[in-house]
Amino acid sequence: MSKTIVPIGPFHPLQEEPEFFTLTVEGERVVAVQAAVGYNHRGVEKLSEMKTFDQSTFVIERICGICSTSHPFAYTEAVEDIFPVEVTERAKYIRMIIAEGERIHSHLLWLGLAGHFLGYNTVFMWAWKLREEILDVMEILSGNRNNYAMFKPGGVRRDFHAEELPLVLKKIDSIVPTLEMLKKAVTDDPVLHARTKGVGVLSYEEAIDFCALGPTARASGVAHDVRKDSPYAAYGSVPWDMIVLKNGDVFDKLVLRILETFESIKIVKYCLEHLPEGPIDLGLKDVPAGEGIGRIEAPRGESFHYVLSDGTNRPARHKVRAPTFMNLPTYKATIVGETISDATIILAAIDPCYCCTDRMAVLDVKGRKMYDGEDLVRLSQEKTEKIRNKMGIK
Amino acid sequence: MTRQEVLNSIRERFKGDIRNFLERSPKKIYIEIDPNALVPVARHIFKDLGARFNTASGVDTRQHFEILYHFTFEELDMVVSLRVILPRDRLEIASLTSVFEGANWIEREINEMLGIRFIGHPELRHLLLPDDWPDGVYPLRRDYKEWDPNAVRDRGV
Repeated sequence: MSKTIVPIGPFHPLQEEPEFFTLTVEGERVVAVQAAVGYNHRGVEKLSEMKTFDQSTFVIERICGICSTSHPFAYTEAVEDIFPVEVTERAKYIRMIIAEGERIHSHLLWLGLAGHFLGYNTVFMWAWKLREEILDVMEILSGNRNNYAMFKPGGVRRDFHAEELPLVLKKIDSIVPTLEMLKKAVTDDPVLHARTKGVGVLSYEEAIDFCALGPTARASGVAHDVRKDSPYAAYGSVPWDMIVLKNGDVFDKLVLRILETFESIKIVKYCLEHLPEGPIDLGLKDVPAGEGIGRIEAPRGESFHYVLSDGTNRPARHKVRAPTFMNLPTYKATIVGETISDATIILAAIDPCYCCTDRMAVLDVKGRKMYDGEDLVRLSQEKTEKIRNKMGIK
Repeated sequence: MTRQEVLNSIRERFKGDIRNFLERSPKKIYIEIDPNALVPVARHIFKDLGARFNTASGVDTRQHFEILYHFTFEELDMVVSLRVILPRDRLEIASLTSVFEGANWIEREINEMLGIRFIGHPELRHLLLPDDWPDGVYPLRRDYKEWDPNAVRDRGV
């Protein structure tokens, strides 16, 4: 059978990380995959060396639009590691509330898009409606729906107001019943099982070899979470469970993110109810010479920052490692051998800040047939429809 | 394995290759090693001791180049950073891709950003920089100069 090259990407209005994939297919099956990144390389590491320690927080907050808190969090942890100092209890709790709120809305965003690609637009509508509530909560707490600008080396920039907290708790409680319903819908649906179970499997050994992180690794049975292994902020004193599943397929990644959302809600509620009183900022002045490492669990996995200071007011080197950098290459293991109609959801299962899928173009060399991204989503949705009909579900 | 057993295991096995052993804090260990011993040390840490590879940070310190290979021992809550120092006139080091796949992309990144060659890397081409980026221009080096006369770039404050 002749081989066909399927180019995917690189640009899409929804994505913040343009990526370009070249799938080599034989008929329906993918036999090889190659990825090219860097279309949106902004030189943040270099830029950060030109800013002061305080200014850098704002620059790196703009690395990612969805998990905008994870990078400042890791960066401030790294700068505080240079001293080393510990921030105040209240600052720790505020940091955790912001970080977990972000995890909730990031996972809901992913769940909605995954539903859309599988042809479950109801899931998409419900999940994004729930996400609005969380964005409202974030706006009440920080003043922004995203890019909260709450973090600074030595503490947080803004305090919470006590009179807002009851409304926040009420809003968070309001999403739980609908989320329960979504969880039941996903775990009980036979069509969803048929579409996602055993699809795009990342084995335990492959997850170790690729050094995969976060939900991608935990769905493959790698029981690691920075929040449990190396409790930063006050994660050590908050009761919550780490979710680990073992199959490593798309279904497990889907279920894992839903279950994690419940854990995050648990953490946010605990933190809001036990918010300690006290100052929120240490007022750090000069950063001494030295080096520091900051690791935190972002929604997509561990975010790693290394900051080298030479005693001036700017970082001499600032290395940023986002979780997708390690998770993205796992495509090599998951996508080969699967069909094109499954490629959309496998590429999406890692939650790579949602790229590529809308600008997918299939070029059949002989028939000169072209598909764009919409066709590929349609292809995926039609497959669900077929399974649905076969099972007699309307 | 306890924390002390892990550190002793590295210390004793590579006695001749370790140049500096710094325990900055219980959670952060920095070990400077001979660049020629990188692959065996990394293999021991990754395969035998079961650490996870975080990433590598390449640093231009003006006098020389450094690469820090960060490894995490999750159960022990400890980050071990292997530091290798490369003189400016001989910027090459063995690739770790033969030991684990996770080193593939970061080595490509360090190669294009700092111009360090990784011997034995399967595909050392551009990762983040565009295809028309000129050869021999490395943006994260200290002596980087604007090379494109037509470029409009914000130089910051």
